This record gives sequence, C-alpha cells and structure tokens, in this order.
Amino acid sequence: MKKNWPLWEVFIRSKNGLSHKHVGSLHAADAEMAIENARDVYTRRSEGISIWVVESGNITASSPNQTDALFDPANDKVYRHPTFYDLPDEVKHI
Amino acid sequence: METSTKLGAYLLRLGDNTLVLGQRLAEWCGHGPVLEQDIALTNISLDLFGQTRSLLQYAGELEGKGRSEDDLAFLRDVREFRNCLLVEQPNGDFAGTIARQFLFDSFHYLLLEFLCDSTDKHLASIAKKSLKEVTYHLRFSSEWMIRLGDGTEVSHHKIQAALEDLWDYTGELYTPDELDSEMAFLGVAPDLNKLREPYLRKVEAILDTATLRKPASAFLQMGGKTGRHSEHLGHLLAEMQFLQRAYPGLTW
Repeated sequence: MKKNWPLWEVFIRSKNGLSHKHVGSLHAADAEMAIENARDVYTRRSEGISIWVVESGNITASSPNQTDALFDPANDKVYRHPTFYDLPDEVKHI
Repeated sequence: METSTKLGAYLLRLGDNTLVLGQRLAEWCGHGPVLEQDIALTNISLDLFGQTRSLLQYAGELEGKGRSEDDLAFLRDVREFRNCLLVEQPNGDFAGTIARQFLFDSFHYLLLEFLCDSTDKHLASIAKKSLKEVTYHLRFSSEWMIRLGDGTEVSHHKIQAALEDLWDYTGELYTPDELDSEMAFLGVAPDLNKLREPYLRKVEAILDTATLRKPASAFLQMGGKTGRHSEHLGHLLAEMQFLQRAYPGLTW
C-alpha cells in the first residue's frame, strides 16, 4: 500500500463567464475528498464559485525536452498575429 | 429573572459551545495528520469563533453591564461557562476529534435549522448565517465517520472506540432543563424533547453507512449547561485565557 494519498490538480473558476484556472495541487484519498480539501485550501478567501479536480497522473504534459520542436516554429511567423490591421478606436478588447 | 436576562443566559450556552469547540479544534493547528486536514479543522474552528463573536456580543448587550464578547470569553471562570460537556472533551486522536465533531455537528445543524425561525429576530439572523457553515461542518465530519468506520480494521476500531468514549455526553444535548423549556415556550429555541428523535435518526443513519455500532449506554452525563464541567475545561481555559489574565486589556 502506498503511504501517501494520490496527488490532485485543482482548477478554480473565480466567476461566471471565466474559465477554470489551475491554482495548485493537493493530496486526497479520492475525488470527493479532493473537492473538499480544495475548498478548504484554495477558496478560503472567496477565490471561486466552482472547483474541478483531476488526479495528477491523468494529466498528459508536453515534454520540456521538446520545447524547441513544439514551440520555436511559431516564433518567426508573426503573420499569424492579426497585427497588420488598422483598428478603429471604437473597437476595444483586441 | 426578566426574559432578556434569561435569553442572555441561553445565548451563553450557544456561544460557549462554539467557543470551546473552536478552541479545541484550534489545538490542531500545525498538528493535523496532513496539511489539508490541518487547514480544514482550523477553518471549522474559525467559523465557530465567528459564530461565538455574534452570540456573545448579543449576550453581553442583553446583560447590560458593558461586557464585550472578549470579556465574556477571556474573563469568566470555569463555573460560569455554559457549554455542554461534549465539546470540552480533549481532542484525543484524529478519530476522537472527528467523532466529537460529528456528534456535535448533527445536533448543531438541527438546532440552527430551528433557530432560523426563532421568535428572536437577532438570534434568527445569526442562525441563518451559521447554518451555511455548519452544513459544511456536518458534511465534513459525516464523511470522515464513514471513511474511518468503513475504512481499515485499525481505523474502524479507533472510531468505534472514540464513539463509545463520547456517547455518554450526547444526552445533555437533547435533554431540556428549565431554561431550555422556557426558551422553547417563548418560541426562541426548539423543544429539545422533539429534537431527540431526529438527532438520533441522523446519527444512526451515518453510523449504519459507516458500519459502526451505536453505543449501548444507558448512563448520560449532564452538567455543562449549568456550569458543572469535567476537569478538562479548566485546562482549556488556562491556555485560552492566559494572555488576558496575565496582561489585562492587551490588544494586538
């Protein structure tokens, strides 16, 4: 038997309309306990209205060794950003 | 005694319950079995202190001698405390703390549910705020009862033992004395005789799920509500009140 409870990643949505954001991790025996622990550890100061938890082992992450292959090619393709348009002043949030 | 004096005395019972249990849980700060439970227990402790502040403030107002909630918490002696015996029992191990919490939360929840409709409007508004917090406390302690009871052989044994130790102190919760009956008559507080059945039903339902036995104890300890306490409360107060006793009026 393992000595420690499994690790869980915690995602909190701070208000309606926003997406859940990763806030940290914690240990818990199962999903239900993970939600309760997350409530106690991460939402004590009214940080959120919704919690997701995912067992850390279920997350597939990109490998730090492959950053070159994965992300560098985007660096010299500035034309993928819509920065060449003249925007009217009235248009906000772009 | 005037009605307001009696209500003040009744509020002391409520406020001392949450104060003493809050202090007990605060003893876990930095000593929890894991970080997450350490924070959970101290969170509950802080909820209870918040409730204490409202209740004792109101009790002080009714008393009319200019005593603040801090004066009532830190400058009364053990015989003047009106909390039930259950909440002053020592933490023991984690199972002991959970069993005590569960036995109290189950009662606290039913009590607050009624107090939300109390004829005393101020008390009703305190109860409404508290009920949300206590709903979570009960969920927390119920789940741990089930986890420990229906867990390993060791955890089952420990939580059953804790339950046997604490059971004698539950009778006081739902056994009314003169003051309780008077508050019930005025519609301020529930008729405790009518709370007994729902309380036992609530507790037994969780014990069943947790594969635990309800202790078969016929003898129920009484006294806390009238100021006759177990030896443990004096020690708790010695620690809690030390600073104000040694340095009267000290503030942060």
